[in-house]
Amino acid sequence: MIMHNWAYEDVLAFAKSWSSVYFMMLFAVVLVWAYWPRNRARFQDAARIPLKDEDA
Amino acid sequence: MKHAWLEKNSIVLLIAIILVVAVGGAVEIAPLFWVNGTVEKVSGMRPYTPLELAGRNIYVREGCYVCHSQQIRTLRDEVERYGHYSLAAESMYDHPFQWGSERTGPDLARVGGKYSDEWHRAHLADPRAAVPESIMPPYRFLFSKPLDYRQVRNMLLANRTVGVPYSDEQVAQAKADLEAQADPNADGLEDFQKRYPKAAARDFDGNPALISEGDALIAYMQMLGTLVDFKSYQASAPEHRR
Amino acid sequence: MQAQVSESPWRFDHYFVPLVIVLGLLAALFEAAWSHDPRMVAQAWIFGACMAITGAWYLWMYVGRTPKDESQPYADDVVRAGVIASMFWGIAGMLVGVIIALQLSFPHLFYLPDQAWTNFGRLRPLHTSAVIFAFGGNVLIATSFYVVQRTCRARLWGGSLSWLVFWGYNAFIVLAGTGYLLGISQSREYAEPEWYADIWLTIVWVCYLLVFMGTLWKRREPHIYVANWFYLAFIITIAILHIVNNLAVPVSLLETQSYSLFSGVQDALTQWWYGHNAVAFYLTVPFLAIMYYFIPKRAERPVYSYRLSILHFWSLTFIYIWAGPHHLLYTALPDWAQTLGMTFSIILWMPSWGGMINGMMTLSGAWDKLRTDPVLRMMVVSVAFYGMATFEGPVMSIKAVNALSHYTNWTVGHVHSGALGWVAYISFGAIYCLVPWLWKKKLYSNAMVEWHFWLSALGIVLYITSMWVAGIMQGLMWRAYNDFGFLEYAFVEVVEAMHPYYIIRALGGLLFLAGTLLMAFNLWKTIRSGSPAAAPAPAPVPAVEAA
Repeated sequence: MIMHNWAYEDVLAFAKSWSSVYFMMLFAVVLVWAYWPRNRARFQDAARIPLKDEDA
Repeated sequence: MKHAWLEKNSIVLLIAIILVVAVGGAVEIAPLFWVNGTVEKVSGMRPYTPLELAGRNIYVREGCYVCHSQQIRTLRDEVERYGHYSLAAESMYDHPFQWGSERTGPDLARVGGKYSDEWHRAHLADPRAAVPESIMPPYRFLFSKPLDYRQVRNMLLANRTVGVPYSDEQVAQAKADLEAQADPNADGLEDFQKRYPKAAARDFDGNPALISEGDALIAYMQMLGTLVDFKSYQASAPEHRR
Repeated sequence: MQAQVSESPWRFDHYFVPLVIVLGLLAALFEAAWSHDPRMVAQAWIFGACMAITGAWYLWMYVGRTPKDESQPYADDVVRAGVIASMFWGIAGMLVGVIIALQLSFPHLFYLPDQAWTNFGRLRPLHTSAVIFAFGGNVLIATSFYVVQRTCRARLWGGSLSWLVFWGYNAFIVLAGTGYLLGISQSREYAEPEWYADIWLTIVWVCYLLVFMGTLWKRREPHIYVANWFYLAFIITIAILHIVNNLAVPVSLLETQSYSLFSGVQDALTQWWYGHNAVAFYLTVPFLAIMYYFIPKRAERPVYSYRLSILHFWSLTFIYIWAGPHHLLYTALPDWAQTLGMTFSIILWMPSWGGMINGMMTLSGAWDKLRTDPVLRMMVVSVAFYGMATFEGPVMSIKAVNALSHYTNWTVGHVHSGALGWVAYISFGAIYCLVPWLWKKKLYSNAMVEWHFWLSALGIVLYITSMWVAGIMQGLMWRAYNDFGFLEYAFVEVVEAMHPYYIIRALGGLLFLAGTLLMAFNLWKTIRSGSPAAAPAPAPVPAVEAA
């Protein structure tokens, strides 16, 4: 354990605050990426992948 | 084509998944290992005696945890029904924990001392003979099956490896201690009681001719929840507020 | 480069797969010869037999010849095997479920005081493992192999390695199931198998990951279809969860028993971090992959919103992993962890419903198909159950509700509305699709699917309503006080009050099992005597030649 001289409360405070920041950022990035106008056509194309295969 | 690399490259996708998943696990679980805040200091906790540990193995083997919890929640009715709510310290030597998830039968966290050995014997052998409305399965075989304790020393050693503070002497004398606890006429009784103060030693299954699985299981159940001295435990002390 | 691996004359899998089988066999013989633990010896012989069968099969298939399947564009034999195994284990697991439900209803029906293996405590893990890991696991292996090939337009990577995944995984199932009957358990719910079985599963799982990743690498489709994201998250997260939760020190290498690395409160959190994420990444995420492939395919229209599916994927993956502590509310777990678990469980409601809406709305403009296609209906109803269970879950994780619901049959009811309504139904739907597609036959009887649907739907309703009533009643009785301020009911009075509900639950389970038996019969008739599919399938896009 690298931070073994940390107190339990310090670990907790670090985990609580930074994980919320991390969570919000991740959500924002995914949201922007998914709804970025330029990605629209590509995703529409991807959605048709299961229908392209005529094997079944 | 912003971010195109992320979803087109399977390895990057894999790493992204690992990162997302690992952070949640680490943030939630890791702080608990800074144990001082997690497990309170209480007096009375000691590692299981060899016989109790063998009984605990049977408890695990038969899947008792499937129907019986060992975790009294901090709710008024539970405390009145079962006793003082469970402390983290009380399961500090439990590898694995036995908190359970379902109460098809009652909680057993403090069952120790509530019933006599005779009651446990009758109840385990034929539950409905003791409690007519019970739906518990029968465990009569426990009393005819000799306890297999050839590995008892290794059992203590494995527990010591994962952090249970068994002394060298306790490990070395595991077999003698097990026999002494189940047979009060054995020679090693005094030594046993020195190594495990206050542990009860008697013929739990009522059959002096045999150290049965029933001996071990009843020994385990009769000590459950009896170790901590609640007279000296102050729930409102600042170190216990988490 | 990747395609050459499976096509060049020297193939690593021709050496690697037999090597793993031989090592497995040697390990089994070693334990059988040296162990003094009778349970370990029994397990060793059982595992040895599994390895011997797998080895004999491998020799027969691969020595001196190339299986016909290998000249096909897609490796479908292993998918067919997975489908058959799913049905076998599904029936076995549901049968054990009915048996243990009857045990709780009529304790004297199976009164064998000297036969430890017949007791509820040993049979319950047999039921849960058989339905989750044996039935569900084989469904996931089969569908993931099918879907990844179609959506990548590439044959499975690794040649016979996928067969090692199939046989190895099923050997794990046999080892685990017989172990429970012998009284071998770690007492970690949904992770009961002991250390040696866990090690074997880890090896098999790494092979699974390799096959899946390898197939993604050699794909001819530029985009990785979202269903594969869900499968990949399932495979990798389950690997992490499995390894962390099963860290243990065995009594000796010749003994079945081990002691977990963690103890008490840390062990409890680790186990429920695992336990809840087994629900998430085993029973939800990969079955959503099934939803994202089979519903669009069957409805012949693309998923409602691909962008929503991306959002669904990342938010679900991120949020689910935090929800575990809701299994430990009001316990000795520190308060902050309890609150964290509760908060994330409630947030989880949003992405779950995003996914549900996405699956449902795929039908938009084609709702009439629900009337004519019972298979599609089954899948859409499963998505509705997914929505219901993922609403109920967050509600139950609210501390005030959990105080009542925890330890009661409400939890059992909740799990089964997810397990029967969502997991089993979406699996049934996928299998009803797969069998005609794989065997190129017309489904034997649509009417029988209708019967299956209604029988099992009635079974689910009986099951979950009886457990709701039983669970809430149980919780209220435990906390009831009389006028003098004492607890009103003794524990055993509450047990007695459960009796009628246990019977109704058993009946519900029996109906569900009956539906599954009907399905098995229908599929068997389809494969054995069904007429060929109406229009012969057009030539599939050949992955091999192009590579």
